[in-house]
Amino acid sequence: MADDKKVPHPTISRRAILAGGVAMSASLFLPKGLRAQDFPTDQVNTTGLAVTDDTVQVGILHSITGTMAISETGSVQAEKLAIEQINAQGGVLGRKIETIQEDGASDWPTFAEKARKLLVNDKVASVMGCWTSASRKAVLPVFEQNNGFLYYPTFYEGLEESPNVIYTGQEATQQIIAGLDWVAREKGAKSFYLLGSDYIWPRTSNKIARKHIEDKLGGSVVGEEYYPLGHTQFNSVINKIRLKKPDVIYAIVVGGSNVAFYKQLKAAGIDMTEESPLLLTISVTEDEIRGIGGENIEGAYACMKYFQSIENENNQEFVAAFKDAYGDDMVIGDVTQAAYLGPWLWKAAVEAAGSFDVDKVREASPGIELTSAPEGYVKIHKNHHLWSKTRVGHAKADGQYEVVFETDDLVEPNPFPEGYQ
Amino acid sequence: MFSGYSMSELGAIFAMQGFAGLILFSVFVLMALGLAIIFGQMGVINMAHGEFMILGAYVTYLVSNLFAAYAPGLFGAYFFVAMILAFCASGLLGMAMEWAIIRHLYKRPLDTLLATWGLSLILQQTYRSVFGAREVGVTIPDWMMGSLPVTDLIEVPINGLFVMVLALAISAAVYIMMFRSGWGRQVRAVTQNRTMAGAVGIDTERTDRLTFGIGCGVAGIAGAAFTMIGSTGPTSGQAYIVDTFLVVVFGGAASLLGTIASAFSISQAQSILEFFLSGSMAKVITLLAVVGILMLRPQGLFAMKLRK
Repeated sequence: MADDKKVPHPTISRRAILAGGVAMSASLFLPKGLRAQDFPTDQVNTTGLAVTDDTVQVGILHSITGTMAISETGSVQAEKLAIEQINAQGGVLGRKIETIQEDGASDWPTFAEKARKLLVNDKVASVMGCWTSASRKAVLPVFEQNNGFLYYPTFYEGLEESPNVIYTGQEATQQIIAGLDWVAREKGAKSFYLLGSDYIWPRTSNKIARKHIEDKLGGSVVGEEYYPLGHTQFNSVINKIRLKKPDVIYAIVVGGSNVAFYKQLKAAGIDMTEESPLLLTISVTEDEIRGIGGENIEGAYACMKYFQSIENENNQEFVAAFKDAYGDDMVIGDVTQAAYLGPWLWKAAVEAAGSFDVDKVREASPGIELTSAPEGYVKIHKNHHLWSKTRVGHAKADGQYEVVFETDDLVEPNPFPEGYQ
Repeated sequence: MFSGYSMSELGAIFAMQGFAGLILFSVFVLMALGLAIIFGQMGVINMAHGEFMILGAYVTYLVSNLFAAYAPGLFGAYFFVAMILAFCASGLLGMAMEWAIIRHLYKRPLDTLLATWGLSLILQQTYRSVFGAREVGVTIPDWMMGSLPVTDLIEVPINGLFVMVLALAISAAVYIMMFRSGWGRQVRAVTQNRTMAGAVGIDTERTDRLTFGIGCGVAGIAGAAFTMIGSTGPTSGQAYIVDTFLVVVFGGAASLLGTIASAFSISQAQSILEFFLSGSMAKVITLLAVVGILMLRPQGLFAMKLRK
């Protein structure tokens, strides 16, 4: 494995320079890894975490059973891949990562219980986990009480900033605003029909979208409505959309409903490749398209930070490694990539801090950057979210997106957007 | 909300909306028929109904892959083969489960609820282990997707038509089996008076097994048909189970005609409300109305007169 290229470069702190210098002169076999003996366990772990002279334990907490297993499987795979790669390069501060995986079973109290087990009994140094906002909200008090450190991969509604969480996905404004600007500018869109599944993420996101459309773009929202999770009949709303003739259908439908929605849209004779109306979504990644079928969503646009088709060296290596590990028919969606960043960001922060202590890792985290991220360059903001680019992809019949737009600069994360609440 | 539209546009929208209601009706009938046979005729609360449906969907997925690999020329027709195989697979699994679990619990109807719920969890995990946790994409033949333009404004989805025809055909088949065949007579006899039916020489055990199998088989066909309109994943069956029970209970558990009448009223109410209100509110109002009516008439719309 040509691993050297993939090593992330943490922001250079004085300690890291010293450590790096020592490691390089001492070890020919671990090109950029650090040696454990240079970091005595009693110095890098003053709070009793599960760190030994040659291992460190990290928790993985996702649903591998229950309804959410559909979505969370990809995240588990990406996190394990990242950890394997880190171990192959010599681990973190010279210590191999050992994972303890727990199953949240798509049940929020179970998530909280398993989080407590990981933090209190296993004393893991950090946890990669959670997917839905509900599971994150359930574990949040456990992490704050026991001073754990969570890397959360999903794009979500924002309105949160915990000292014990690093959010590696986008908060709502990062995902919404650039996409709406693009569709208004490039496609001349004026009227929007907002549609979503009925829970916090689509509702908060549509609230931000409506404000932006009405206040900033001078457009109009001709309809906004929500369907219960798991709803499978969308013919009525499709008729309403026909009646209102919006320029854009802005869809935040999730889960199994997604499949029903796009199949019925196509069956109703709305051909998305004709772009009247144009369909823009923030909830369909390559993962979901496998269930929907590429031929049923061809022509739609999605606004994400990552698409599997992004052309850069990091991404090519990541996609190749992922397929190598899990099979050629695998697809990689936005969240899977964000989950992959978690272990790397943690490694970079630990090595910048020169310690596994959660307080020191937290202190070192803002400003940590990854040049090796598949999505390109990312950096941790002091509000614990990532600076990242926003991209618009055009769905093709083979189930992949073609990137048609990306922001020139990294978009600043803004979990509490003023004027959008 | 209708200002600024011409009469012809409004007419077209209402026609399409009426059609949407009919599609929903057909979907409900397909979902509920299998459960109505099992719950209505046998009194077994089959919580695994959704999983039997999804088995049908997975069979469709497998058949579509087989056709794509070995007989791409016949791909347009695979769906019919898939439905027959889905009926067989779900039916056989249903009969096996009846033999292994359900038949020991006929005297304890509430325990069948727990047992079949457990069965549904086992089936979900089995699907997850065999097919993976992610949803699978079932490729539908081209001729079944898309719409028929009736006029310039009215477009009728072909898969909706297909579901309607299928619902009609299966309802007719079930009607003939229940009311015109020897097996149906036996089923009805066992339902009305199990002891007496046994006394006159009906093999009640065999009748039960066949009834359960056919109920599950019909669920399998429904699952196959729903690959056109919904998702196929290990837990997709859960999306249908609530609506299914709602339709069956509202219709009056023991009456197949009641199931159809209830499917019609619920689907029309929901479809009309969805058009004028938002989706979630439509659901709330439909559920409230059903609860209200069931409070006034606990036996459901149509009740069969039984000698207790």
